[in-house]
Amino acid sequence: MANTVKLNIDGIDVSIEAGKTVLDAAKKLNIHIPTLCYHEDLCVAGNCRVCVVEQEGVKNLVASCAMPAQDGMVIHTNTHKVRNARRHVVELLLSEHNADCTKCYKNTRCELQDLAGEMVINEHMFLDLVPDKNYTIDNLSPAIIKDDSKCIRCQRCVRTCDELQHVSALGVAYKGEHMKISTFFENPMYEVVCTNCGQCVIRCPTGALVEKNYLDNVWDAIYDEDKHVIVQTAPATRIALGEDLGMEAGSIVTGKMAAALRRLGFDSVLDTDFTADLTIMEEGTELLTRLKRALVDKDPTVKLPMTTSCSPGWIKFIEHMYPEYLENVSTCKSPQQMFGALAKTYYAEKRGIDPAKIVSVSIMPCTAKKFEANRPEMRDSGYQDVDMGLTTRELAVMIKQAGIDFKELPDEKFDSLMGKSSGAAVIFGATGGVMEAALRTAYEIVTGREVPFKNLNITPVRGMEGVKEAAVKIENVLPAWSFLEGVELKTVVAHGLTNANKVMQAVKNGTADWHFIEIMACPGGCLGGGGQPIPTTPEIRKKRAEAIYREDAGMAIRKSHENPEIKQIYEEFLEEPLSHKSHWLLHTHYQARKRE
Amino acid sequence: MPNTKLKRVDIIFSEDCVYKDVLADNLKKSNEDILKDILDSGLRGRGGAGFPTGLKWKFTSQETEEEKYVVCNADEGEPGTFKDREILTRVPLKVFGGMAICAKVIGAKHGYVYLRGEYQFLKADLEKALEEFHSFVKELGFDFQIHILMGSGAYICGEESALFESMEGKRGEPRNKPPYPTISGFRNKPTVINNVETLVYAFMICRIGAGKFHELGTTDSRGSKVFSISGDTPIAGIYELELGMSLEDFVEEFGDGDTKAVQVGGASGFCVPRKKFKDTIIGFEGVPTGGSMMLFNSSRSMYNVLKNYVEFFEEESCGQCTPCRVGCQQLKKGIEAIKKGEKSAHYLDTLQKLADTMKVSSKCGLGQSVANSFSSIVDNFREEMIY
Ligand SMILES: Cc1cc2nc3c(=O)[nH]c(=O)nc-3n(C[C@H](O)[C@H](O)[C@H](O)COP(=O)(O)O)c2cc1C
Ligand code: SF4
Ligand code: SF4
Ligand code: SF4
Ligand code: SF4
Ligand code: FES
Repeated sequence: MANTVKLNIDGIDVSIEAGKTVLDAAKKLNIHIPTLCYHEDLCVAGNCRVCVVEQEGVKNLVASCAMPAQDGMVIHTNTHKVRNARRHVVELLLSEHNADCTKCYKNTRCELQDLAGEMVINEHMFLDLVPDKNYTIDNLSPAIIKDDSKCIRCQRCVRTCDELQHVSALGVAYKGEHMKISTFFENPMYEVVCTNCGQCVIRCPTGALVEKNYLDNVWDAIYDEDKHVIVQTAPATRIALGEDLGMEAGSIVTGKMAAALRRLGFDSVLDTDFTADLTIMEEGTELLTRLKRALVDKDPTVKLPMTTSCSPGWIKFIEHMYPEYLENVSTCKSPQQMFGALAKTYYAEKRGIDPAKIVSVSIMPCTAKKFEANRPEMRDSGYQDVDMGLTTRELAVMIKQAGIDFKELPDEKFDSLMGKSSGAAVIFGATGGVMEAALRTAYEIVTGREVPFKNLNITPVRGMEGVKEAAVKIENVLPAWSFLEGVELKTVVAHGLTNANKVMQAVKNGTADWHFIEIMACPGGCLGGGGQPIPTTPEIRKKRAEAIYREDAGMAIRKSHENPEIKQIYEEFLEEPLSHKSHWLLHTHYQARKRE
Repeated sequence: MPNTKLKRVDIIFSEDCVYKDVLADNLKKSNEDILKDILDSGLRGRGGAGFPTGLKWKFTSQETEEEKYVVCNADEGEPGTFKDREILTRVPLKVFGGMAICAKVIGAKHGYVYLRGEYQFLKADLEKALEEFHSFVKELGFDFQIHILMGSGAYICGEESALFESMEGKRGEPRNKPPYPTISGFRNKPTVINNVETLVYAFMICRIGAGKFHELGTTDSRGSKVFSISGDTPIAGIYELELGMSLEDFVEEFGDGDTKAVQVGGASGFCVPRKKFKDTIIGFEGVPTGGSMMLFNSSRSMYNVLKNYVEFFEEESCGQCTPCRVGCQQLKKGIEAIKKGEKSAHYLDTLQKLADTMKVSSKCGLGQSVANSFSSIVDNFREEMIY
């Protein structure tokens, strides 16, 4: 027991691992201490001071989130002194805060509001400081709105962007009364290095950082008789949406989600998972082609390792941070954008609908997808390929607005033509999933046999470790692929841009010999995306991941190339992977950006 | 000098020693002997908090990390304090000497002087002194180097953990404590950080012996201290005085005959009104000071004095923690509103409670000490706040 400490909180003895905090110890006893700046995923800041408690023998109060638990400590969490201080802290925050709750996007979903509610604040103790502040709202970005008048300066966003994402688009500027969260030279978010990943958004306790919502635009389209509104849902939405609708983390709600979308009035309820399978066909073939050019043709211009391209946060990151490696990125569009391009071409053609009348909506676990949908190059269908990208959270809001009792909905299926998918597509939602899906297909194409992993579960690329390496030896190949005989395919998977950066550093230093790199901008992959239900914690992400692998295991088809609609689209429209048509609709290019 | 109740001391600036000899002698002594001297002397930090210097050195020496640092805090930013500037100008080699002895005791190879941005003009002379110092320690075969870093111009960077952040190239925001610098300071390595004056006293204790220092002052406040005396006094300036004097004696000597209050310890210190001069001891048992003594005569508006202090804190707060960032704004706006009659006099009580909260719940010494001047001025000059 050398590594545990014993303390007493509110009269109860508790033992806890050394290195844990007083807050952790209180949690162990189910004693609730309010917090604002604390977040499980981040370094401790200790700046909001709402978590203060009394420690016997110490004159001042201590911040429980920052105070290491020590042997013999006697702590009181609910004394007059503590109550006064916490009350003052919340009152002070409110006095600086544009507390216009009824007009706030976070109304009813805000940690500050909850705390004020808990404290029953009827009348303000202090002077209103807001009129003297020159607060600004930055709503120029298609993805994220930053409203300084709602900011409590907890710096969760700053720590997120720095620690988890290695971007540091947000920082602290000025001091004293002028202290604020700022970007480089206070430029709009749209113009700085921000990747639009939204990780700050899901950790902001208030309405200071939120996604730009397109709720009204989508409702308007739905109600417009003239429009054919189709919707696609990303792999990670179906295992998280329930959280915002009163269900446990880890609930699989694929069928209910399809039913809800239909009741909301979408004309066709389709699935991004279909284009996830398509991505595997295109990206897998692209990888094999690059390998052939490198190994057989000895072409010095071929770029390896190849990285995945389905995470638009990652794309913007590499455009800013490693523009010299843009040719290493797969030219495949993300599944959202492949879907968008096909919706207004293949789908329109097959269904006999004028593409000008199609409104294409996506439901994504992601805020970067909003930015991506607005990229000027994403108009290959002749129209904006994806008109509106919503987050999982926005879909939950729509479902509530429509008065749907989500939990009681029956399970329904997606509509067909771009609605069928495989288990390989579902796992796109978890870190390592694209790699696993690609290996399931590529290995089989090359050898004619299934990947040599039990139940097709490629466990080395699963799990929450930041950087995961895996190698697959390719043996007894089919004649067409003889150049791959005996090759050990080396792969690496990273999630969260700080880990992505580590991988890219290794590539840059020449210390890596990988062929294929999977990168997802968000911790845990899309399941931890910036558009997912709030809160996010390691525990919640773990449950979402388990749900994803459960969903995969339960699917009849688990390999992308076996999806019948994939076979159909190649037969009827695309011809073959990397065909002229697929280059036109499914592939893209990137642009170098400044690093500020 | 008409009055000699206050004992002048000449330790800091005394020229009766050759720093080279002191340094050479002490580098030969055992660490235990040096630590014993510093501990026995009763020397406490002169930067404000008054932590026993010997203990600080001892704790750091006990850490097993390979890499350790000694840092000289020369960020002197407390309004009304200018004694470190004087020390650095007149006896820089004693400052370096103190750092070297500390480095020997704790096992550091690098020392840093974090110099207030506004003291840029001192840098060239300091560099020159440093050259001499470096060549001498090299002669002695002692592996120690001092670097001068310029401060960023923010008062908060004088707070030790914000200072380390600033030294590391980050924004000067105070860290959570614990861990304390003796365990995790500059670059998260064990670090001794001392005020300029503390280091010189440590050096001189090694020269004159713990006893000579210990003789001076009182039980809680041993030795002497350098004071920056300003305000309504005919003889403003730097004085080295024995600790433990009564404020009455002090005012008798430095006042202009009409002193109504003395601000002891600068903006973050306490305001003592005339009626309490007699019972106030200057030292850790009474009212401590980092060195600043500011006298106010009856022509001064204590409202204006307080407003200046609160404005200073409102601006100099790093802004990270709620009680300090917002509390300072509320205190300032609050006293203004009362003065203008927009808020009733009772609101002063609300503000007093707020100041108490700032004291117990702010993250660092800045926010924690705003209440010192606020409460002592409001308590003693309540009428001046209202009318
Ligand atoms: C806001 C603030 C400002 C400070 N400024 C200084 C300073 O300018 N110089 C200084 O020596 N100590 C300053 N201190 C105290 C230091 O944090 C630290 O206690 C001191 O450098 C330790 O040295 P000492 O033990 O020799 O006093 C400041 C503390 C606070 C809270
Ligand atoms: S951020 Fe929270 S407290 Fe502030 S206005 Fe919005 S809902 Fe209300
Ligand atoms: S969206 Fe992502 S990259 Fe942009 S500021 Fe937030 S955390 Fe940083
Ligand atoms: S924007 Fe949000 S996360 Fe960032 S400091 Fe403000 S309240 Fe905290
Ligand atoms: S007390 Fe003031 S200076 Fe200190 S950390 Fe808090 S805001 Fe910054
Ligand atoms: S939660 Fe502990 S200081 Fe903010």
